[in-house]
Amino acid sequence: MKQLSTKVTSNAHGQDSSYFLGWEEYEKNPYDEIKNPNGIIQMGLAENQLCFDLIETWLAKNPDAAGLKKDGQSIFKELALFQDYHGLPEFKKALAEFMEEIRGNRVTFDPSKIVLAAGSTSANETLMFCLAEPGDAFLLPTPYYPGFDRDLKWRTGAEIVPIHCSSSNGFQITESALQQAYQQAQKLDLKVKGVLVTNPSNPLGTMLTRRELNLLVDFITSKNIHLISDEIYSGTVFGFEQFVSVMDVLKDKKLENSEVSKRVHVVYSLSKDLGLPGFRVGAIYSNDEMVVSAATKMSSFGLVSSQTQYLLSALLSDKKFTGTYLNENQKRLKIRQKQLVSGLEAAGVTCLKSNAGLFCWVDMRHLLDTNTFEAELELWKKIVYEVKLNISPGSSCHCTEPGWFRVCFANMSEETLDLAMKRLKEYVESTDSRRLISKSSHERIKSLRKRTVSNWVFRVSWTDRVPDER
Amino acid sequence: MGILSRKATCNTHGQDSSYFLGWEEYEKNPYDEVKNPDGIIQTGLAENQLSFDLIESWLAKNPEAANFEREGQSIFRELALFQDYHGLPSFKNAMADFMSENRGNRVSFDPKKLVLTAGATSANETLMFCLADPGDAFLLPTPYYPGFDRDLKWRTGVEIVPIQCTSANGFRITKSALEEAYKQAQKLNLKVKGVLITNPSNPLGTTTTRTELNRLLDFVSRKNIHLISDEIYSGTVFTSTGFISVLEVLKEKKLENTDVSKRVHIVYSLSKDLGLPGFRVGVIYSNDDIVVAAATKMSSFGLISSQTQYLLSALLSDKNFTKNYLKENQIRLKNRHDKLVSGLEAVGIECLKSNAGLFCWVDMRHLLRSNTFEAEIELWKKIVYEVKLNISPGSSCHCNEPGWFRVCFANMSEETLKVALIRLKMFVDGPSSTTRSQSEHQRLKTLTKMKVSNWVLRLSFQDREPEER
Repeated sequence: MKQLSTKVTSNAHGQDSSYFLGWEEYEKNPYDEIKNPNGIIQMGLAENQLCFDLIETWLAKNPDAAGLKKDGQSIFKELALFQDYHGLPEFKKALAEFMEEIRGNRVTFDPSKIVLAAGSTSANETLMFCLAEPGDAFLLPTPYYPGFDRDLKWRTGAEIVPIHCSSSNGFQITESALQQAYQQAQKLDLKVKGVLVTNPSNPLGTMLTRRELNLLVDFITSKNIHLISDEIYSGTVFGFEQFVSVMDVLKDKKLENSEVSKRVHVVYSLSKDLGLPGFRVGAIYSNDEMVVSAATKMSSFGLVSSQTQYLLSALLSDKKFTGTYLNENQKRLKIRQKQLVSGLEAAGVTCLKSNAGLFCWVDMRHLLDTNTFEAELELWKKIVYEVKLNISPGSSCHCTEPGWFRVCFANMSEETLDLAMKRLKEYVESTDSRRLISKSSHERIKSLRKRTVSNWVFRVSWTDRVPDER
Repeated sequence: MGILSRKATCNTHGQDSSYFLGWEEYEKNPYDEVKNPDGIIQTGLAENQLSFDLIESWLAKNPEAANFEREGQSIFRELALFQDYHGLPSFKNAMADFMSENRGNRVSFDPKKLVLTAGATSANETLMFCLADPGDAFLLPTPYYPGFDRDLKWRTGVEIVPIQCTSANGFRITKSALEEAYKQAQKLNLKVKGVLITNPSNPLGTTTTRTELNRLLDFVSRKNIHLISDEIYSGTVFTSTGFISVLEVLKEKKLENTDVSKRVHIVYSLSKDLGLPGFRVGVIYSNDDIVVAAATKMSSFGLISSQTQYLLSALLSDKNFTKNYLKENQIRLKNRHDKLVSGLEAVGIECLKSNAGLFCWVDMRHLLRSNTFEAEIELWKKIVYEVKLNISPGSSCHCNEPGWFRVCFANMSEETLKVALIRLKMFVDGPSSTTRSQSEHQRLKTLTKMKVSNWVLRLSFQDREPEER
């Protein structure tokens, strides 16, 4: 008799994808400025390491929060015993307000509609358990976060059907792509329960436009299905345009207390904005009482440590801190992203224009030997093993076009980023001269270079010119 | 089309059971010595509130642990970023050592075989996902912790088939009960994947005997199935001998590196021994590499906060602390247990003899109007609403005999326990007792007479130890 469950013996956890394998290579030979200067630089980890000093300063000024004290009195006992899956009230309140602040206070979040979870990994899985039966499907725009294959499908039995997006329009979601995906699901005999988007997008680093959001709301209305908006990167928007949440759009369309608003759910986490993935803080926000109620009970399987809830309730209740943090975080992310973008340009590599996230969606199609995923993986291996940069190949994100890679910029120092860019430049230049390139590819590179030179010229002439925003 | 999943709309979460309803009644009218002296006293919550002072003084002496510091250096960044599902190595090492210490170092735990989870709730569900497919079954001895109906079944689709245990032999697991349960599962067309026991038992408060453990190992060997031993109460054993872990029996039977040892899995948590349910610290221990690997990946859905892992790795690495804590915790639990037992005896109420846990399994069969579960619920309601004590009725624990209740003793002060016992006395002695049938009244009188003899005996032999099981 089969000893272990099917979940264990199958490979549905998705851990064999290249996304995780590159990670493993890095673990074997990690870059260290002093101890291992020839090691692999980790550019595949979407962490935000830019603003820890702000939090550390706050902690030093507010020792009670970590010290399990309130107004100098120990509350250790209360916290040790606090396992109420409704969550620490002051934490939910502070989290709701923080989420509002990120959205410019244009929308409100009711703390009683928040369900806490041990990270958005837990939040997303829980939502699947609440909204879908085994064999039901959710539509996801590609490219998408590789972890979704595990988080949404593994233990829930739910399926993902991709909404194919392409570079021809900057990977935006179109109505025809939505309809196509829906039809594809029907062909596969899968009942579609909803659409899940990540906004701002991982791995694109772009925000969904108002047009796309309207399209999505209309689509789920007509199909009578759910919309999950994973807004985990909402606090990493550094462009001039504001972040538009699906909640903004519901409000603008005056749909706030309608049937469709009950089918819109937001997922959030402090892992990216605050850079605290270790603390396991995620949240589901839903206008549907039944979803809130069921998800709350399910959160028993992944509650947030009361010790952590308390610390963060104190941190996020400090509005001076949150205001300064969000502002400063934006600034630093913007600078670092620029550094990556220009470093890539110097190597003749362009990115998708982006204004959010902790990474860039990088176009290396011109470096492929052929326009295939095999060539993409070959290039990826070279970049990991020869250039010694761990970046994420687009195929691991289910991108339909070979040649795109996600490159992170917020998880290393400026110096390390510089070094990474130098390595890449050296590699591109050396392969240019070494490689037997077909004439057309060669031409392509030449014209790309020319464009890059023109850009440089332009920039030198117009130093403060702002690049085109999406 | 159903907009929400069946899981969201059904009642399989078990939250409508009386176990949770009594809890809700308490929430509406909670006892407070000063602010609400007539409120309901919570004796339905298996919390350990007896030894916080020990942890608090340790924290005061070791401020670095809570402050993200190690040897004077800040490690905030490291911890903020640490989300490796393999867990903080120093914490797993400390946990493994602590678990060994809890078993008198008679067995050792390999940190590599430990999987960390957000509480035993998460650990148990994860094990189900690893060992069973929807529609498979696990056998559980009754009475069992009501939460299992949700934790083991709800999202996993796994079924529970009870192994019926009765008061005839102190609720011990017998071979025939095991076989019966297995047959019953087959009748229901369910594939049995294993047995899950809680040792020490919740709600019985008893440790599983060596005989039972041998019996269980033989059974899972023969049937080629798993054995999960939830040892969450292992640190609450307050007799000097008494707790035998299934791992010890494996060792004694020289089965340590065999196939069957790969099918034995332990669940642990710091929620009961250390009284830290809020911190969400649970553990799976398995000799099966594949289970460890799969459970580790699944732990992504319920990782322990790195902030908490660090604090507890410091606490549990301090062997002076752990040694003193385990000892003192035992003493205080025994003390409190004895107070509850004698208080109940004084009003003619017996408990199952127990040597562990944070509760007693109380025999109120003689207070039932009839030998039915309806009468049990009637009695329970009286106790909640009139006596103002929230206790857990046996039916919520799937006990097959009406009249048993679980009463907790470690989640309140001594004074509050006294008040609870006084209220109970008033209820038992009070006017309502005259409405009982004559035979029951006789029974009560006989019991009381027995109590008097016990008192007399005890006065004569002051330091006589109660019989150990």
